[in-house]
Amino acid sequence: MRRKVWNFHGGIHPPENKQISTQTPIEKAPMPSRLILPLQQHAGQPANPIVEVGDSVLKGQLIAEPSGYVSAAVHAPTSGIVTEIGQRNIPHPSGLTGLCMVIEPDNQDKWGDRLTAIDYEKAEPAELLQRIRDAGITGLGGAGFPTSVKLNPSAENTIVTLIINAAECEPYITADDMLMREKAEEVIKGIQIIAHMLMPVECLPVECLIGVEDNKPEAIAALEKATQQLDTERQIKVVAIPTKYPSGGEKQLIQILTGKEVPNGGIPADIGIVCQNVGTTSAVYRAVVLGEPLISRITTLTGKALVAPKNLEVLLGTPLNELLNYCGLLDSKLNRLIMGGPMMGYTLTDLDAPIIKSTNCILAATEEEIPAPAPEQACIRCGMCAEACPASLLPQQLLWYSKTKDFDKALKYNLLDCIECGACSYVCPSNIPLVQYYRFAKGEIRALEHEHTKSEHARQRFESRQQRLDAEAAEKEAKRQARAKAAAEKQEKKLAAETKKGASGEAIENNAADAKAAVIQAALARVQAKKEKQASAVKVEATIAESISSNSDKGE
Amino acid sequence: MSVLSAILILLALALVFGAVLGFAAIHFRVEEDPIVDQIDNLLPQTQCGQCGHPGCRPYAEAIANGEAINKCPPGGETTIHALADLLGRDFVPLDAEHGEEQAKTVAYIREDECIGCTKCIQACPVDAILGAAKLMHTVIVDECTGCDLCVEPCPVDCIEMVPLEKTAKDWYWQIPVVDMQDPQADIIATDRPKNATDKDEAA
Repeated sequence: MRRKVWNFHGGIHPPENKQISTQTPIEKAPMPSRLILPLQQHAGQPANPIVEVGDSVLKGQLIAEPSGYVSAAVHAPTSGIVTEIGQRNIPHPSGLTGLCMVIEPDNQDKWGDRLTAIDYEKAEPAELLQRIRDAGITGLGGAGFPTSVKLNPSAENTIVTLIINAAECEPYITADDMLMREKAEEVIKGIQIIAHMLMPVECLPVECLIGVEDNKPEAIAALEKATQQLDTERQIKVVAIPTKYPSGGEKQLIQILTGKEVPNGGIPADIGIVCQNVGTTSAVYRAVVLGEPLISRITTLTGKALVAPKNLEVLLGTPLNELLNYCGLLDSKLNRLIMGGPMMGYTLTDLDAPIIKSTNCILAATEEEIPAPAPEQACIRCGMCAEACPASLLPQQLLWYSKTKDFDKALKYNLLDCIECGACSYVCPSNIPLVQYYRFAKGEIRALEHEHTKSEHARQRFESRQQRLDAEAAEKEAKRQARAKAAAEKQEKKLAAETKKGASGEAIENNAADAKAAVIQAALARVQAKKEKQASAVKVEATIAESISSNSDKGE
Repeated sequence: MSVLSAILILLALALVFGAVLGFAAIHFRVEEDPIVDQIDNLLPQTQCGQCGHPGCRPYAEAIANGEAINKCPPGGETTIHALADLLGRDFVPLDAEHGEEQAKTVAYIREDECIGCTKCIQACPVDAILGAAKLMHTVIVDECTGCDLCVEPCPVDCIEMVPLEKTAKDWYWQIPVVDMQDPQADIIATDRPKNATDKDEAA
């Protein structure tokens, strides 16, 4: 019996162009001349390098460790020597550089100490979670969120549904399709591991659903074959869903498979669902059962500017130009090089940027495939964007507010629920790049927020400094006053003592006066004596001088 | 009799309301003018004093008392817009007398030249400089607001303001530029030559 599926609002049907890269099986890419490993291949904090330039590393060795909870480790994809740690071109829409580690392979591909295999059915979820973190696994679908974070939902959320995202709705991309066709067992075992972690036996019945678009019949057949052999209490169901872009959006897929909507600003775990990409499940399998960290992935190289488009199993850090040359890049035909798909990907300017954990597709497009965008024209209020929006937003309103930088209003119209799928731009008859405006507005909103927290922090520091200075001044003042008080008291005591003396009788005063007079007398006497002494000394000197002069007279 | 009762009732009412108002005046008293807090919230908190006030809060108080809203160069136009919105005043361009809006900078101490006089530490309004007498000082970049108050007191001129570099992490998309010079820009959509996506769709 076919399982019921729901529909989501909007969506589009762009030309799929998937057959370009599904003609040949997955191939292993040749060993590149060098590997460039960015330390930030994931969402969150960059990893911290733990090896130095000149160190030799073995395949699978940890070379950078996570620097926070939302971070991921980086491992050496092959054995070789670390030749550089510095700024290099990274695959990023900005075209800016990032901190990378460069490894020169020694072509021996020698494994270091592998992690021990874990029998997941007997293992504690915490142990498996630690393994996934140690293996540096991040979501392989595109966003690159560390998997260990996603698989560790807060305790108050009981997970009852595990959804495996195998929709792969974006045109051209076939990496997940080919993975499912060729390695269905790996995928299913990975799903079982994740299900074991998230959903302990006591909270059964639970569901594991694999959502696959129905334009991938071979993949569906392979998965179904692999699931038939299973007999466990955690049923894994392969669900074919109608092909429509963007059914692979996390929230859209959840709606298609369960009919539930993720609340605004929430995460799927809030409604008891965890969603994982199908490629990630295979990486989890390899980490747990084979003890292999995430060092390679399957990437689609496609586009009509390539002679032999195909899916390649590539080592992370492989420079794009080597891969493109391997697939026969026609320089004269290449118009735009896109990382990701044609809808959500971004144009790359540097051919020496590397493959990273989240690179699912490299599209070498000709002028014909991806023409330069036509000039933007005025909005004619046709409303096609609102019909296409899978998040049921009002793209026109958002466009006005983004264009005029009225961000408060844009937020009120739920700009942050936009998944940047590009359906609105695709259908716009006036060629307005709506998504670009939303991306700009989102970036600006985030930057303003960041600035606001920073200024709040600065104010706190300023105020605490002010407080400290005031406290210091107050302390000084208090000390000064205490000293003044002590001095005054002393003075008072002295005065009091003197008046007491005066009151106690004349005799003492007379005695005192006598004593004073005696002292003065003695001093005067001393002065007199000194004067006399000086006078006599002068006399002696004079006589000596005289005698000397008379002596000298005689001598002459 | 009726006149008397009316007077008594009014008197009683007056007493009751008086008591309520008196109670409210004491228990719900607002310590400070909350508008000052709101204004202070919008200011960039660099504490640079370019507005002529010794910090952001004094300027917020001055604005609440009617001072111009365009004296804050670090905040720039965004802040002026926000203040204009909050206070219902008109937008005025930044007063050039107090400085120009510049890219974000942070102080940098050339540590070899620092003599350890602690003058900059005393000048820093947010305690972002670390160091001790006769020992080298350094700026905590994350805490520095770029107010440049430490540059002036340095006796050996070893502090400079360097612009903050954009990294891939805090980069974001810029607003699309509409090229009105493009010859195709004012052709209506249906008159334009069909592009490839249309062709693909037709196929």
